[in-house]
Amino acid sequence: METGLVLLLLIFPLVGFLINLSVGKKIGRSLPGIIATAAVTGSFAISLFYFIQILSTGQAIEVHLFQWVAFGEFSVNLAFVLDQLSLLWLLVVTGIGTLIHIYSIGYMHDDENVDRFFSYLNLFIFFMIVLVTANNLLVMFIGWEGVGLCSYLLIGFWYKNQQFNDAAKKAFIMNRIGDLGFLTGVFTLAYLFKTVDFATLKLALSTTTTPETSALLGVAAFCLFIGAMGKSAQIPLYTWLPDAMAGPTPVSALIHAATMVTAGIFMITRLNFLFDLTPDIQYFIAIIGAVTALFAASIGIVQTDIKKVLAYSTVSQLGLMFLALGLGAYQIAVFHVITHAFFKACLFLGSGSVIHAMGGEQDMRKMGGLKGVMSITYITFLVSTLSISGIPPFAGFFSKDEIMLVAFQNSPILWVVAMLASLLTAFYMFRVLYLTFFKEFRGTSEQKKHLHESPSSMTMPLIVLGVLATVGGLISLPFGYSWLNNYLSPIFSGSDVVEAHGFSTEQMVFMGVSTLIALIGMSLAYYKYMTKSTVPEEDEKITGFAKVLYNKYYIDEIYNTIFIKPIYAMSNFFNSIVESIITGVVFGFALIAKGLSAPAKALQNGSVGFYLSFFVVAFCLLIICLFLV
Amino acid sequence: MITIIFYILATITLGTGILTVLAKNPIHSAVYMVVCFFSIAGHFLMLNAQFLSVVHIIVYTGAIMILLLFTLMLMNLSDQHEPKKKVASRIAAAVSVCLTAIVILAVFLKANVVIESYKAENIDFQSVQVIGQVLLDEYMVPFEFASILLITAMIGAVLISKREKKA
Amino acid sequence: MLDILEQVGINNYIYLSTLLFCVGVLGILYRRSTIVMLMSVELMLAAANLLLAVFSVYHQDVSGQVFVIFAMAVAAAEVAVGLAILVSIYRNIGSIDIDKLKNLKG
Repeated sequence: METGLVLLLLIFPLVGFLINLSVGKKIGRSLPGIIATAAVTGSFAISLFYFIQILSTGQAIEVHLFQWVAFGEFSVNLAFVLDQLSLLWLLVVTGIGTLIHIYSIGYMHDDENVDRFFSYLNLFIFFMIVLVTANNLLVMFIGWEGVGLCSYLLIGFWYKNQQFNDAAKKAFIMNRIGDLGFLTGVFTLAYLFKTVDFATLKLALSTTTTPETSALLGVAAFCLFIGAMGKSAQIPLYTWLPDAMAGPTPVSALIHAATMVTAGIFMITRLNFLFDLTPDIQYFIAIIGAVTALFAASIGIVQTDIKKVLAYSTVSQLGLMFLALGLGAYQIAVFHVITHAFFKACLFLGSGSVIHAMGGEQDMRKMGGLKGVMSITYITFLVSTLSISGIPPFAGFFSKDEIMLVAFQNSPILWVVAMLASLLTAFYMFRVLYLTFFKEFRGTSEQKKHLHESPSSMTMPLIVLGVLATVGGLISLPFGYSWLNNYLSPIFSGSDVVEAHGFSTEQMVFMGVSTLIALIGMSLAYYKYMTKSTVPEEDEKITGFAKVLYNKYYIDEIYNTIFIKPIYAMSNFFNSIVESIITGVVFGFALIAKGLSAPAKALQNGSVGFYLSFFVVAFCLLIICLFLV
Repeated sequence: MITIIFYILATITLGTGILTVLAKNPIHSAVYMVVCFFSIAGHFLMLNAQFLSVVHIIVYTGAIMILLLFTLMLMNLSDQHEPKKKVASRIAAAVSVCLTAIVILAVFLKANVVIESYKAENIDFQSVQVIGQVLLDEYMVPFEFASILLITAMIGAVLISKREKKA
Repeated sequence: MLDILEQVGINNYIYLSTLLFCVGVLGILYRRSTIVMLMSVELMLAAANLLLAVFSVYHQDVSGQVFVIFAMAVAAAEVAVGLAILVSIYRNIGSIDIDKLKNLKG
């Protein structure tokens, strides 16, 4: 029963994928979406069932299918575990997944490949479930790679556009760099402890303390963090995420904001016992996180593509999560993942709704004044913007505030960086809001006629997510009333985060400062884009530092120069010189053989009489050899 | 007396053999070949192998000969002039034949003699009766196989020479 | 008649067979008409049969003669199939000249 139900959780999306893949073309346009949504909803229901069960029992459920690999004393099982952490993630993945599936039914209704779209989405959900329920690192790697594949397929979903294909390839290759790190980390751990099982690793790590082991542990933790960097878009492997916006907007919301990109955070949280033992790496993670948060936020303030802004915002928010992880505050990172999933999914879906209404236009300079036409989209977008900016009492405020608090307790410098990032966040989010929904409409008159509120299948998920973005903070209230911390406590062995019970002045001041910062960002945006009615200039007119920002610090160009061009040069060298030498040698042998065979070929002239003469002569020679010599 | 008969027969055998090979008209070749086979049947008779002799005549002159002649008739080759081969290949043919002859003779001369001197013992080993018994007793299975071979050949011949239907 | 080998001598038979065989080889190499080549093959077979029979008598063992009978059966089959092939070739090419059969190359 137990095994069957857990397997059903996995199999629902897989079956949805297979059905849509095989017969999706024949069952009409609306049925694929319904099948896919039903599959994810089924998984969500099962996740919810187990979630309620674990709330009362507190017991993790393990499902062992079979032994997968075994050699020597090393063996890997195909096994899944449903504990507090994976169930939380399952709820987010399948819950938001369900909403986005429903949204996609409306959003993708006119696409000719709607069946393919839904089959990929279901496949993604399947791999994501594998990733979060894995009971060891290798099974997790299956999901890890699988979601990368689905991300690739969905970014390049509109494969007729070469730019989108390039973006998909970029995402895949960037992820591969991270995956190499991930695999190296897994191998190091397997070498050290002869196991990749989470529970066994935890046990082994609590007992081993030789210097050699701890040095290698550092290596393993670092390599695993590289994997997380690739998947969760941190410096220096973040450039794929903004480009990944080439995919359909629901994909951006589901994969590139709410779920897949948080896989790195999930992995580090899962291995918290490992990272706790390597403080240097933790510190490194914190720095990378903080720098990424500020860096991406600064790029976000000048972008004009609505989805690009949201993408950089995602990178920035992920940076904040890594900051929390690096400071050992895993449950806060998880908390921020959840609230971020709510408001960022809502923002993306809202932007999708806007793009849908604008007939595919993504440039904010051509929008404006949509408030009146699209009231539901506007309200949900506003709520999410308030949430991400950290205005109380919205969900983002609580999670962000906790990160700030932890940062200040550990390192004021990191706190300053994070604060700057959140100031910029508030600024660019309100900039998006003002540019999109306020003032006059700046598009063509044809677009204006076309403007409309999205269908209910799209607004319904928006409303749900908007509500969640508002009240999501309730799961982890400050002042020691955090339900989440208690819920997750079995996962973290030595949770050394100091929890202040009761009201403290320090915390109150902090909340005040955070809110103030958010309000400053908001008012700056208001001043610039409402009072002065500024509209971002055309691409060519941007100058100075803004130009550097607009061009994303020229990071893509730098990567192009440092990595891609030398590789191209090397490939050219191999292609033109080495390959021609090798080809020459091979052809040379062929020519020699051809030349040598020319006389022999003359013997094969096809004349039967000629063959007979040779037959007789050969017969004589054979007799001589056999009997006369 | 017997020696003289042998030499006469041998001359006929070789002579008609050469004529078979050299005759310009294929029908003449076929006729010479029949004569040659009759002389070989005579050799068999001299060796006291009556059964072989009779079978040889029946098979070769009765069956193979008729087949050859019918084929020639079908192809209407009798009056078709056959061009000669090139000189070089004719010389090569002659040289190859001499080489073959020398080699085979050399093999026979070099062979170890198992029975030093031949002495006829008056036992019946090759009468028709004995051959019949041996064939249907000791060589029963090959005998049956030979019959299968013959029927296969017959079917094959019919199949191959059958005129294909024009599609 | 039984002592024929005592009078003629086995060597003479060997020479006769060898020469007859070589005549057959000559026919194969010398002629262009495929049907005459087929007759030459028959000559070679006859030469071999003769020698088999002679040695059968020499050894006073009937096996050699049984073998000759089988050889004749095979020869008959061979001629039948061979002639069928010839007819087929003649129908396709319009000639049975060996020098015109040049398709046997790769």
